[in-house]
Amino acid sequence: MSEKHTQLKVSAIKDGTVLDHIPAQSIFQVIDILDLSHSENPVTIGVNLESRSLGRKGIIKISDRFFADEELNRIALAAPDATVNIIKDYEVVQKKKIDLPETVVGIAKCSNPMCVTNHQPVPTRFSTVVDHKKVKLLCHYCEKTTEEFIPLGH
Amino acid sequence: MHKSLISIHDFSKEEILHILEVAREMEATGSSKLLDGKVVACLFFEPSTRTRLSFETAANRLGARVIGFSDVANTSISKGETLKDTIKMVSNYVDIIVMRHPLEGAARYASEVCDIPVVNAGDGANQHPSQTLLDLYTILQTQGRLEDVTINMVGDLKYGRTVHSLLQAMSHFNPRFFFTAPDELRLPAEYKAFMDARGIPYKESRSLQEHLCDCDILYMTRVQQERFSDPMEYEKVKDVYRLERSMLQGVRDNMKILHPLPRVGEIAADVDDTPYAYYYKQAQNGMYVRMAIIAYLLGYK
Ligand SMILES: [Zn+2]
Repeated sequence: MSEKHTQLKVSAIKDGTVLDHIPAQSIFQVIDILDLSHSENPVTIGVNLESRSLGRKGIIKISDRFFADEELNRIALAAPDATVNIIKDYEVVQKKKIDLPETVVGIAKCSNPMCVTNHQPVPTRFSTVVDHKKVKLLCHYCEKTTEEFIPLGH
Repeated sequence: MHKSLISIHDFSKEEILHILEVAREMEATGSSKLLDGKVVACLFFEPSTRTRLSFETAANRLGARVIGFSDVANTSISKGETLKDTIKMVSNYVDIIVMRHPLEGAARYASEVCDIPVVNAGDGANQHPSQTLLDLYTILQTQGRLEDVTINMVGDLKYGRTVHSLLQAMSHFNPRFFFTAPDELRLPAEYKAFMDARGIPYKESRSLQEHLCDCDILYMTRVQQERFSDPMEYEKVKDVYRLERSMLQGVRDNMKILHPLPRVGEIAADVDDTPYAYYYKQAQNGMYVRMAIIAYLLGYK
């Protein structure tokens, strides 16, 4: 199935941001990272769409919202190969690649149950490490590695 | 900007060597009035009598006064005060904070919420940098050098934080390692990767006897029950190694036995009187090294 077909399955937006090539299993993490469940703007989510490169992918369209690069870069924690399309008047006016940030503050949870960040009101802080194409998070406090991105509050 | 000692990685090779040199001065001088009028807080959010006495004696021998607590029962902390509030309050009273805490990362966090130096005297299973520095001091003292030393680490190499910190700190000095452990307590892969990346030679063994005669330092560790989630796993390995006097025939003349103490059964009492036993002196060295750490972080050395 072609990209064109997949596009048709999720309705087009007039202005806004389209996040594409999100692995199907990461889509809800991306929603958490961008805090879209509290979004005022219309959000259209497509999951388990067929994709040649990913098998099953997800797509998120947010109408009338444009994100700062540092917000978009956080998506790399869950979907390092995601692409970003900026839409103006139904046209893609800009395509962006996301870059993995070097440090991640306040959005991920440390997987170490004995970490101070899980017991005291301390904002979490990690440096990112890429190991075998997987993003891992090295905790600034307990110095342990969190293998999977876990959004705060989970 | 004040400097803290939270993790052994906070000190460069040069700083490590400087601390060891200051510790040597401290050992030669004994007591002084260097920190006359200063106040050191020793905040032990979990009890550790041995470490606390060592730090408190170090502060006293420098002429400083000591305040603090040795566990949190009957303090406002047990009533739910945040770590931040405790540290903020104490930091307004004193010149430097020494702290031990059961949570990993607690000391790093404390150092970020106050404006005075913090010394990490143990944060859970994470770091205990003064132990690492006293181990280095003791290796230097017994061998006359830190470069090209062969260290046989024995016991709990999986959970033992002193082992992990020491091997990382020794990586500055071209070491060779033997890692003696039962299968259940072998050194984790991340530390082997650390050494492979630096070209540090090492060999693993299950037998205590195998490498007794070809090492300069025999670094014995205790198997700590509290690190095990599975009590069966602990029962299987707790008595796996026991060093006895009769096993020491043929060891190198310069070989010294170190142990972070307390020991359980891994070193028999008959080893204490051999010329190889060095763990009591190692514990005493801890005091000189802690004197050096406090004096350095306060800008006196
Ligand atoms: Zn952590």
